[in-house]
Amino acid sequence: MASSVSAAHASRLPASHWMRDLLQALGIRGRTLVIAIPFLWLFLYFFVPFLIVLKVSLAFITIAQPPYTHFNEAGHLVFNIGDSYGRLVSDSLYIKAYWNSLVVAATSTVICLLIGYPFAYGIARCSPSVRNILLMLVILPFWTSFLIRVYAWIGLLKNNGLINEVLMAIGIIDSPIGMMNTNFAVYLGIVYSYLPFMILPLYANLEKMDMSLLEAAADLGCKPLKAFFLITVPLSFPGIVAGSMLVFIPAVGEYVIPELLGGPSSLMIGRVLWTEFFSNRDWPTASAVAIAILLALVIPLMIYQKYQDKELEKES
Amino acid sequence: MAAVERTSQAPSKQTELPSWKDPKAEPYIRIENVTKKFGDFVAVNNVSLSIYRGELFSLLGGSGCGKTTLLRMLAGFENPTSGKIYIDGVDMAGIPPYDRPTNMMFQSYALFPHMTVEQNVAFGLKQDKFPDSEVKQRVAQMLDLVQLTPFAKRKPHQLSGGQRQRVALARSLVKQPKLLLLDEPLGALDKKLREATQFELMNIQDRLGITFIVVTHDQEEAMTLSTRIGVMNAGQIVQIGTPQEIYEYPQNKFVADFIGSVNLFEGQIVEDEADHVLIKSAEAGCDIYIDHGISSAPGAKAWVAIRPEKIQLTKQEVNAPHNCVRGTVKGIAYMGNLSIYLVQLDNGKQIKVTMQNQMRAAELMIDWDDRVSVTWHPNSPVALLS
Repeated sequence: MASSVSAAHASRLPASHWMRDLLQALGIRGRTLVIAIPFLWLFLYFFVPFLIVLKVSLAFITIAQPPYTHFNEAGHLVFNIGDSYGRLVSDSLYIKAYWNSLVVAATSTVICLLIGYPFAYGIARCSPSVRNILLMLVILPFWTSFLIRVYAWIGLLKNNGLINEVLMAIGIIDSPIGMMNTNFAVYLGIVYSYLPFMILPLYANLEKMDMSLLEAAADLGCKPLKAFFLITVPLSFPGIVAGSMLVFIPAVGEYVIPELLGGPSSLMIGRVLWTEFFSNRDWPTASAVAIAILLALVIPLMIYQKYQDKELEKES
Repeated sequence: MAAVERTSQAPSKQTELPSWKDPKAEPYIRIENVTKKFGDFVAVNNVSLSIYRGELFSLLGGSGCGKTTLLRMLAGFENPTSGKIYIDGVDMAGIPPYDRPTNMMFQSYALFPHMTVEQNVAFGLKQDKFPDSEVKQRVAQMLDLVQLTPFAKRKPHQLSGGQRQRVALARSLVKQPKLLLLDEPLGALDKKLREATQFELMNIQDRLGITFIVVTHDQEEAMTLSTRIGVMNAGQIVQIGTPQEIYEYPQNKFVADFIGSVNLFEGQIVEDEADHVLIKSAEAGCDIYIDHGISSAPGAKAWVAIRPEKIQLTKQEVNAPHNCVRGTVKGIAYMGNLSIYLVQLDNGKQIKVTMQNQMRAAELMIDWDDRVSVTWHPNSPVALLS
């Protein structure tokens, strides 16, 4: 027995030595290696595709497979900014779509915050056993595919859908309310889909809050509602920022919800992008749209990152 | 020591009765039969207590004895399960914390982390809608008092523990409450700073005439600060008295043991006259004669408490009918100003004796393993029935 154990050790040890020696010879430390894996992943699946899309956005359209070329008629490599990016600026459709996306995303974020804050606050103030059940319920919808959940709303909202049928059956309305294919349906879909992303970071923040601060405020003559705005809200600011970012950023580029629930008037940048790619087969413009929206989203992300760094600095 | 100093600080009051002994004095705070239950757990059990204007009253007890719960009921954070609390004659039932004439200094300080020192201190005044100029002036005064003016613009996380504690104190004092509640106010401070702050607290109390109620588990702190102490155990107040009364005349074993150190001997009462008690104690190994009477039936079980500093050791043999026993020194701890002797009596019981080191090298006069006579004055022991 003892000899077999030591034999196993003997065969294993040189192997790890071998790995270590190799890494050392290459000048790579173990810590670097651990960090390198996610870096490599992001490089391959985020940065390289980004460069490809960037290059496509600077190409010419041709009728070919693929439907773009990097070369002009003379066969020179040219960066064609005018066709794609020029169109983004000159055609008001794109500006409108961008603006509309930002408005829809911002409005949805505010609605999510208004609904999510009391939600998170309530959960954080519950007894621990009830708290876990409520958190579970918040996460539960994720067990069903996002697409299916959005489809389910069609069944609820359409003219002969569940809501209209029930309302008509109990006699509150005579004819169905047109809810499908409206901005209302888009907002409903976005708020419904992204609410958990607002609640969870807010909950994580509010749950940590020191209740004696509210007692101290009350002790100093501050009524509960005022204490909420003077103490709780400012202290939960990191949670508000995190939740808002998690809702706002994906909502700006949202495609599925306006496509399935929205009407022709709900012009959002995700839909424009789809149309350029698949209907117009204008890949350079579609890529330009994508690059522009990416930049528009990276900037707020960077602001958030800066803010978080500042918070971390404060804590340390 | 410090407690003695405290009463001599106010010579003008010597002719008057202290307020708690004056039958005409109206108590400022009246706690009547207050009980607080958390589920089945009784945190505070039928406590009645009167506290007078200008007192510095300490609630002293171990952790979980209900002292903090009692304080929180005064502040309004908890409601009594039964019983009444009156502050200045007003029934506090149903009055929320923000409408009570009290301010509290929290054990955790509970400073608002997103506000500067200045904003923290100003918070209470702003709630009362004082004009800005007055808020500014009073905050500046307060910061000056606690010597934090240079730190006015800092946030709490940029301060040391002692500085935070002073911010908390300033914040609770700035509204000049009628009643200040302090929950373990000096717990986080080191010894030097604690002593300095104790005297500072007493100064502030004298100057502003605020009634203080201090919750503490630190008996030394309670002895130094208080006009009176309420000793708590298992949700009940077991004794109320001045520091001297609590120390010199404990009413039961718990108080005798909790405050200071004490040697306890179990025994049986043989004689109980008006001017003396005689207790036969096998545990002490001799009869104990005490020069004050207690009213009890002879033959009853009793305990005798003797403080270590009230016992004398001598190498000479002493022959006395009582209050005298032989033993062997088993250990000496030299503390500088005094020495603690661990003496094993001939019946096996170990007792503690402290003696002042009046002369240099006094500790050498009695050494380890020396045979000694242990004696005490009939005035020194206290007989306890429970």
